[in-house]
Amino acid sequence: MEAAVQGESAVEVQDLVKTYPKAEGNAVDGVSFTIRRGEIFGLLGPNGAGKTTLVGVLTTAVQPSSGAVRIAGADIADALRVKPRIAVLPQTNNLDRSLKAREVLTYHAAYHGVPKAEREARADRLLAELGLADRAKEKVPRYSGGMAQRLMLARALMHDPDVLFLDEPTNNLDPQSRYFLWDRIRELNERGVTIVLTTHDMNEAEQLCDRVAVVDHGKVLVLDTPDELKKIIPGGGLLELHAALPGGAPAATDAAADGADPTLAEGPAADLLRRLRALDAKQVEPLATDGDGESGIARFRLFSDDAGALVPAVIEAVAQEGAQVRDLRLSTPSLEDVFIHLTGRNLRP
Amino acid sequence: MTAAVTTTTRPLPAGTSKLAMTAFWAILRRDILVTARGFVAFLIQAFMQPLLYLYVFGVVLPKIGIAVPGYGGLLLPGIVTLTVFLASVQGIMLPLALDLGFTREIDDRLLAPTPVGAIVLEKVLFATLRGLISAAILFPLAYWILGDEYLVQSGSIPLMAVLIVLTAVLGSALGLVFGTVVPSEHIALAFAALFTPMLFTGCLQYPWASLHSLPVFRVITLFNPLTYSAEGLRYAMVPLSENGAHTPSLAIGWVLVGLIGFAALFFMLGLRSFKSRAIR
Repeated sequence: MEAAVQGESAVEVQDLVKTYPKAEGNAVDGVSFTIRRGEIFGLLGPNGAGKTTLVGVLTTAVQPSSGAVRIAGADIADALRVKPRIAVLPQTNNLDRSLKAREVLTYHAAYHGVPKAEREARADRLLAELGLADRAKEKVPRYSGGMAQRLMLARALMHDPDVLFLDEPTNNLDPQSRYFLWDRIRELNERGVTIVLTTHDMNEAEQLCDRVAVVDHGKVLVLDTPDELKKIIPGGGLLELHAALPGGAPAATDAAADGADPTLAEGPAADLLRRLRALDAKQVEPLATDGDGESGIARFRLFSDDAGALVPAVIEAVAQEGAQVRDLRLSTPSLEDVFIHLTGRNLRP
Repeated sequence: MTAAVTTTTRPLPAGTSKLAMTAFWAILRRDILVTARGFVAFLIQAFMQPLLYLYVFGVVLPKIGIAVPGYGGLLLPGIVTLTVFLASVQGIMLPLALDLGFTREIDDRLLAPTPVGAIVLEKVLFATLRGLISAAILFPLAYWILGDEYLVQSGSIPLMAVLIVLTAVLGSALGLVFGTVVPSEHIALAFAALFTPMLFTGCLQYPWASLHSLPVFRVITLFNPLTYSAEGLRYAMVPLSENGAHTPSLAIGWVLVGLIGFAALFFMLGLRSFKSRAIR
């Protein structure tokens, strides 16, 4: 019976739409995807992209406007069948502040109908595993951010969920806590728990996720393994150039960030850009200068199948402009490059 | 658009109803544990105002000749209303406003395998229990404070019990409305702006029948649900006259209609408001 209900997929989303009353446009705008059982699945997107709403629907906190969602074989409208199978690690601390740490765990399990002996044993085991055993009797408000996070993870595991949703879990954590959490996530996944992770930490997505969906404006833009996603970038290789312009001229390529065509701009930076564009690269982008960047340094990115072969020509182009190479880096595109390539550089509200 | 139908209006799928009940009791147990731990705080919250009221108005004023002897007996039903009502409101309003607003502590319970309506029902049941416990504690205290001003007839105890339960449900339902509608940072303001006038226009300190000379005020009191509770309790508690008649009060039929009507109205409003806050 159980096996018949469980398919190969942990989460199935079909044509999902969510429109909030009085809001312009759809927060989730016709999304379809499937998360496989046992997968670590990443949801990436800028702020306001619709990630939180999407996860809200998947965790029964948001009512969909239309479309179908199935979690571990149960229809999301059948919330009482879905809730026992899922757990949520929220972004902010929503622990029950009136209870002691261990009680947070045992009561959560009691809400889920876990028998008393079992929930007591499970609470002790999880508190030990997550390094909270000696603080188990303290009230929750005395917990630090990292400890609260671990306690919320323990709470999520108390009813043995099939699918665990983590909402930007490492946002406010120190590196130690982050690595600790990553290790726990991998362990859980090895035990067969499907993990759905929202993040804007590209490194996190790359390190952890089997597959990643990039979400923006309520739609899934792409969905694939991190390695496959990187192939979206024109050319497999990346060359980043920092050049000091003659006479410390302003790096006027900033215009590119505003969408204006920098080739129309005057000055040495624009001239250099024109020279670089004449080379055999798939795409050349000027990079916006950071506010605290050195003045007179222009930065460019060249995408090519064989970025290494471009190096001599780039050095020559810089020299012809009377500029100096300050930094020249070869790399493969990262997930962040893909993300920016797909969602743009503009600041989100 | 079938997916937009609120899940809680659907019949429970087989097998999940038992789990839903388990969750319901566990959530209630949690609330009782937290209250039991803060029992002293509960006593101060629930009894400071009513007991001072009883002593000053029921003992001091009659003793110094400002109030007529026997006023304590007329006042006590109003104080029962006040105590039960406040204890119930306090059991739900602020906790809910905090849970739903700033801390979102409610989320963990919303993820429990029980319908949203059951979580609301648990909150109301718990706040009602608080009201009933406060009534049970109030009577011996009132007996001790009022001394020979403690005048209660024992012929209508079942009616009294019904009225006290209805008053507790009324307080819980109104607390549910305010706890879900008022943002937590405005709770203190809501208390001052809404509850203070309620406590003075609800016939707690004076019998409704005595308001002949204030016809406008007399009508105003009828819009206050507390009037129905205080008047009902006055009918049930104040000693009968020598010819066996109840003290003049609002007709007991209207009292029951008023209490049940207001409680049902507030509960429906609160349930709707909770659902819209809990599930977006």
